[in-house]
Amino acid sequence: MIAQDAQSPQWAKKKFLHDAKVHVQDTGHRTFVQKALGGYFLSRDAQKARYRDWEQARDAASLAKWSAVNRLDELLPLFVANFEANGGQVHWARDAEEARRIILDLVREAKAKAIIKSKCMTSEEIHLNAALEKDGYGVIESDLGEFIQQLRGEPPYHFVFPCMHVRREEISELFGKFLGTPPTNSPEELTMIARRHMRQLYVDADVGITGANFLVAETGQISITENEGNARLTAALPRVHISLSGIEKVVEHLDDLAVLLPMLATAGAGQQMTCYNTLYSGPRRDGECDGPDEMHLVLLDNSRTAILADPEQRDSLHCIRCGACLNVCPIFKNVGGFTYGTTYQGPIGSVITPHLRGLSDWNHLSAASSLCGACSDVCPVRIDIHHHLLHNRRNAARTVPNRWEKFGHQIFVIVASRPWLFAAGGAIFRHTLGMLKRLPVPLLRDWLATRTLPAAPRKSFRQQWRQAGKDSL
Amino acid sequence: MKAAVDTIAAGGMSARDTILLRVREALRLPAPMPHFKSLVPSGGSDIPSPHAGGSSSAGHAGLAILPLDVARPWLPDGGDTPESQLAILANNLEKLRAQMHRVADLSAAADFVLSLARTRDWHRVAYHGHALVEPLLAGVPCATYRVDGADAFDKSALEHCDAGITACDAIVAQTGSILVSSATSGGRALSILPHVHIVVATLDQIVSTLGDALHAAKHRGAGRMPSMLSFITGPSRTGDIERIPRLGAHGPKELILILVG
Repeated sequence: MIAQDAQSPQWAKKKFLHDAKVHVQDTGHRTFVQKALGGYFLSRDAQKARYRDWEQARDAASLAKWSAVNRLDELLPLFVANFEANGGQVHWARDAEEARRIILDLVREAKAKAIIKSKCMTSEEIHLNAALEKDGYGVIESDLGEFIQQLRGEPPYHFVFPCMHVRREEISELFGKFLGTPPTNSPEELTMIARRHMRQLYVDADVGITGANFLVAETGQISITENEGNARLTAALPRVHISLSGIEKVVEHLDDLAVLLPMLATAGAGQQMTCYNTLYSGPRRDGECDGPDEMHLVLLDNSRTAILADPEQRDSLHCIRCGACLNVCPIFKNVGGFTYGTTYQGPIGSVITPHLRGLSDWNHLSAASSLCGACSDVCPVRIDIHHHLLHNRRNAARTVPNRWEKFGHQIFVIVASRPWLFAAGGAIFRHTLGMLKRLPVPLLRDWLATRTLPAAPRKSFRQQWRQAGKDSL
Repeated sequence: MKAAVDTIAAGGMSARDTILLRVREALRLPAPMPHFKSLVPSGGSDIPSPHAGGSSSAGHAGLAILPLDVARPWLPDGGDTPESQLAILANNLEKLRAQMHRVADLSAAADFVLSLARTRDWHRVAYHGHALVEPLLAGVPCATYRVDGADAFDKSALEHCDAGITACDAIVAQTGSILVSSATSGGRALSILPHVHIVVATLDQIVSTLGDALHAAKHRGAGRMPSMLSFITGPSRTGDIERIPRLGAHGPKELILILVG
């Protein structure tokens, strides 16, 4: 849906501003999305209350990720050695193009006729489905939300709740169009339609593609978290299992999952545990009655090492993709998921996308923030998200200086350091405030289009202060 | 820096070596260790900190104190006696809308399975060879399908089974999770493909926390774990349509735990 990078400068920013305006004015959409999140807040709070100390649990989760990310040089090779000892095959991909090529080669070698896939945001990041389809391979998204988005021809709206913006009537119509099912208004029946449709596809598929939530270094296992059972089926029935994961997903100990799995569930979806948390260590073993003959893991860098090289923002690699920061973000709730134009939406997406896809094109995301800090408050691994948005702004100002902004600040310094000039400027400003709206400055016009200017006070603050001082004597 | 690494890489370096070199280069600058109030040894507090007594300095010296090998008294409670664990488990399973049936012995368990098969008019029930599972099928009034026999089983046939019966590795009171594995629960598909999943377990398989279950699995595996270990927490579910929770997305719509003893 999102056109690729070879476009006019600042295309991403222009698109963001345009889409944000459209979505902010669509109150029906905003109300619907906020209502959909209502249940999440209730169940999340109920589950958090079961923790004897949620804040200490956050500390522990954060520490587990910090210690793994900061020893990736040691733990990544350890994980790979253990995974290979279990019979899995590892493939390294420097970037998206290399990852797509590796997976296409594996699919070709497997002589795949049907591919089934479970939810994997990393595959969205590398636009895997489009590449598979271009080479003539059919691929079915099995997660209900992803399946709906695939039929709609849209990317996920929210990286945990892919179709939270879609109404049941639209899903009913969509299923009617593609699957020929009769219209229904019941979420239950819609879920069953997808279930029935998918069953035979699992049985027929010869390649299953999944993501990974954690890579356990000490045992060489990959951990996959899901609610529906579609990832379990995807890794159970096809002959070849391919998993795609970013290199930052490593944790050192199996035991770390005892903290991270429940916290991912609680922060992400308001559950005590996600329904299926599954550890895979390679293909079917001797003596096991099923499972794939081959298991491949594609380890993707794709600029993650650029984030790693920035100690200030390294903790953004601690992210476990729970999506909690999206759910509380006033910007996300108003502009919606698509406006971001990124694989990872919301506050964490605004932090990492400039690293993954270029600061000059994506810095505007860091400005799409009220800096309220709600994201940092809910992050289960304590990523300092809202400060990183400020760091991005600072870095952008260094690398792509905005001449007008700089000029403005210089003027301000001159004015603010001279009390007489400040007073004179203030007087002029108070008397011309009403005319601001009519000035042909785009920034001002946009700002004032949705805001009402207050009436200017007759006296300046300093005049009022002096007056108050006299009165109190 | 990245440019320098990529210049080297252009000289025929493998993707693996390039990425590992980028990682090593990136980590030359240390990131500060997070500062947490709760991790400062609090002296007199009953709650042990994850690294009490450990060094609080940043850098690799400070890392040796991990893992957080303590009781984790800040996570949800899993109970410390068999009675409290059972009570927490029962409460969790009820909230998850999983069913739990306690029976005195295996013959009572077999009676229960028999009545299920009869009232629901099951045609075929899938199972695997296990001392707890096989006795349950003695009297069922329908066909049975064993998936871990000498030959590979037929996936379509398993898909048509009404229920799958398995044993498990452990049951976690803290979260109401049932740990199954490819080694002890009849492979990967039996516990996920049929519409109903019946788990039979003994009371002594209940553990307090996820940490306990993972610890036991690691030691049981003795360096070679089963190719799949899965924590099943309630029946399959989805909230993808308007965030309204629904059971039975792709996995079993019903999860029935039979506790023997």
